[in-house]
Amino acid sequence: MPSNKSVSDAPIIQFTNCRILREHKLQREDLWVRDGKILDPEKLFFDEKGYADCRLDCGGAIVAPGFIDVQINGGYGVDFSQPCEDVSAGVSLVAKKILEHGVTSFCPTLVTSPPAVYHQVLPQVNIHNGGPDGAGVLGFHLEGPFISSEKRGAHPERFLRTFQSGGTDDLMETYGSLDNVAMVTLAPELPHSQSVVSTLRQKGVTVSLGHSVANLSQAEDAVRHGASFITHLFNAMLPFHHRDPGIVGLLTSDQIPAGRTVFYGMIADGIHTNPAALRIAHRAHPSGLVLVTDAIMAMGLPPGRHTLGQQVVQIQGLHAYVAGTKTLSGSIATMDMCVRHFKQAAGCSVEDALEAAALHPARLLGISHRKGSLQYGADADLVLLDDGLRVRTTYISGEEVWRAEL
Amino acid sequence: MKLIILNDYDQASEWAAKYIRNKILHFQPGPNKFFTLGLPTGSTPLGCYKKLIEYYKNGEISFEFVKTFNMDEYVGLPRNHPESYHSFMWNNFFKHIDIRAENAHILDGNAADLQAECNSFEEKIREAGGIELFVGGIGPDGHIAFNEPGSSLVSRTRVKTLAKDTIMANARFFDGDLSKVPTMALTVGVGTVMDAKEVMILITGAHKAFALYKAIEEGVNHMWTVSAFQQHPQTVFVCDEDATLELRVKTVKYFKGMMHVHNRLVETLPSQQK
Repeated sequence: MPSNKSVSDAPIIQFTNCRILREHKLQREDLWVRDGKILDPEKLFFDEKGYADCRLDCGGAIVAPGFIDVQINGGYGVDFSQPCEDVSAGVSLVAKKILEHGVTSFCPTLVTSPPAVYHQVLPQVNIHNGGPDGAGVLGFHLEGPFISSEKRGAHPERFLRTFQSGGTDDLMETYGSLDNVAMVTLAPELPHSQSVVSTLRQKGVTVSLGHSVANLSQAEDAVRHGASFITHLFNAMLPFHHRDPGIVGLLTSDQIPAGRTVFYGMIADGIHTNPAALRIAHRAHPSGLVLVTDAIMAMGLPPGRHTLGQQVVQIQGLHAYVAGTKTLSGSIATMDMCVRHFKQAAGCSVEDALEAAALHPARLLGISHRKGSLQYGADADLVLLDDGLRVRTTYISGEEVWRAEL
Repeated sequence: MKLIILNDYDQASEWAAKYIRNKILHFQPGPNKFFTLGLPTGSTPLGCYKKLIEYYKNGEISFEFVKTFNMDEYVGLPRNHPESYHSFMWNNFFKHIDIRAENAHILDGNAADLQAECNSFEEKIREAGGIELFVGGIGPDGHIAFNEPGSSLVSRTRVKTLAKDTIMANARFFDGDLSKVPTMALTVGVGTVMDAKEVMILITGAHKAFALYKAIEEGVNHMWTVSAFQQHPQTVFVCDEDATLELRVKTVKYFKGMMHVHNRLVETLPSQQK
């Protein structure tokens, strides 16, 4: 058959018999893909007189943009913060496994570490698109070390830092380079943090507030300087108080500059946040909710005892305890579990749940023109789900990269 | 003229779709023998398009060897604007069937030389061997396509300035903002449609009743351009009860009495029965 298109000879795939998430609604529409991007079939028809080369019957599945996890510390026995020679191998292993959860892009997260670790690890993993080998890396999420001692959680105290005068010098001295960094979590009450926030914004790095004892006014000041995310809302910050809502108050603050949104991460595993609290946040500010796993290295491992680095962890269902105790050692829920749990706990629509896992994180990182949605021209990173929101197939750039066993 | 009267919109749509289906099947189109079909836009033919899509999905009919020619398109509206007739045809028909893009012809309202575009359209129809069946609708003022009252009954494809009433009626599709509504359109002429081998007009709803009366019970008159088809040898008017409200009881009874004969035209063809 002679070439039928005037723009490109690349094969055109038409996903049929599906419901796609477009314009915030699930619609019975076909999805067209060419050259790894979502294609406008009307333009193809009228401008190029083109048609599909192959049709894929999706069996009635939901087709949603691939999930984006902006906070994941490791999984399957890999800890991104563990200094080692071959960090990229560990990142690649996790990147490949999370395709099963519908995640097509992620930010490998490093907890508070000494400068040597950042200097060694950051240059080893470049920002790159995903493919059959695994989900794409959008850049590191550096959670710390410029955080509050009081709210450090499990972060090692001895590596916490503050900003000396100037601020930016401390930043570059600690991290080395920001080339592969997508996001930094810091505590805005630290003196001199404002200029750091501004500098990070200018360099295109998303600034998140977390592990902090900031009051609302300090948080709003940070937002004015460019902060746009809250790291795991409710956890590691002052609790909501009706006369000073603290960082939580950003959800309904009237001091947010016009045209900007403050997003907030939620670990919707049913354990780290009470469903009632999840609902309060969602109802207060639905368009800012970003689902994150904050998964630790035990995620993906079978139930039972595991020795992970210096820790011994006991996995029971969705709980990961410090072995022999009832202390939670971190989250092990997968992204698709979080989407399902969020939908059920918040009582929200399927569309809202799917957008919290894809569109909102894409908007947070400023990449929503090419990720997180099925608009024409966006990267064809897709997840096919059944009505129970279980992952059937995952695609990156229009290529199938994972399929569930039937 | 055959006047086909069905009970309601859905039945009228189905009858019309079956008629078109049978016409195509009977013609037996092939790679060297295309069936040429003229098509309308608007709310009236939507039900008919839905049915045709259903027949395609059932495997009863294919549009692979069908060439289509739409009646009209707005001037100056971007082709991908949701209200353009290109968008209408894509969303309501083309994207659901197996028609080839090179066989679907719609006037280009953004052409550099509009009259040349119109002439070229006429030429394409000629090259395709003329139109076998032209399907159209009727406006409340009796117009066919954009051949508004006063249009020549022998007119060809050309640029038309839209009547104020039409612009007002269209405003609802442009957020009620009159300044956004197109003021000109390219349209096939009355003469262009008259050249077709057969013409089928879909008319449904009480608001079209007076226009239908003027079109078939009064004389041929350029103020009611659909009346021109009184002089076409093969015209079918498909309507619902409401559209007949202004006709004489005598007319309605006569044609209802013929339905048992006319219904044979939409029976499943022997070739379809398995």
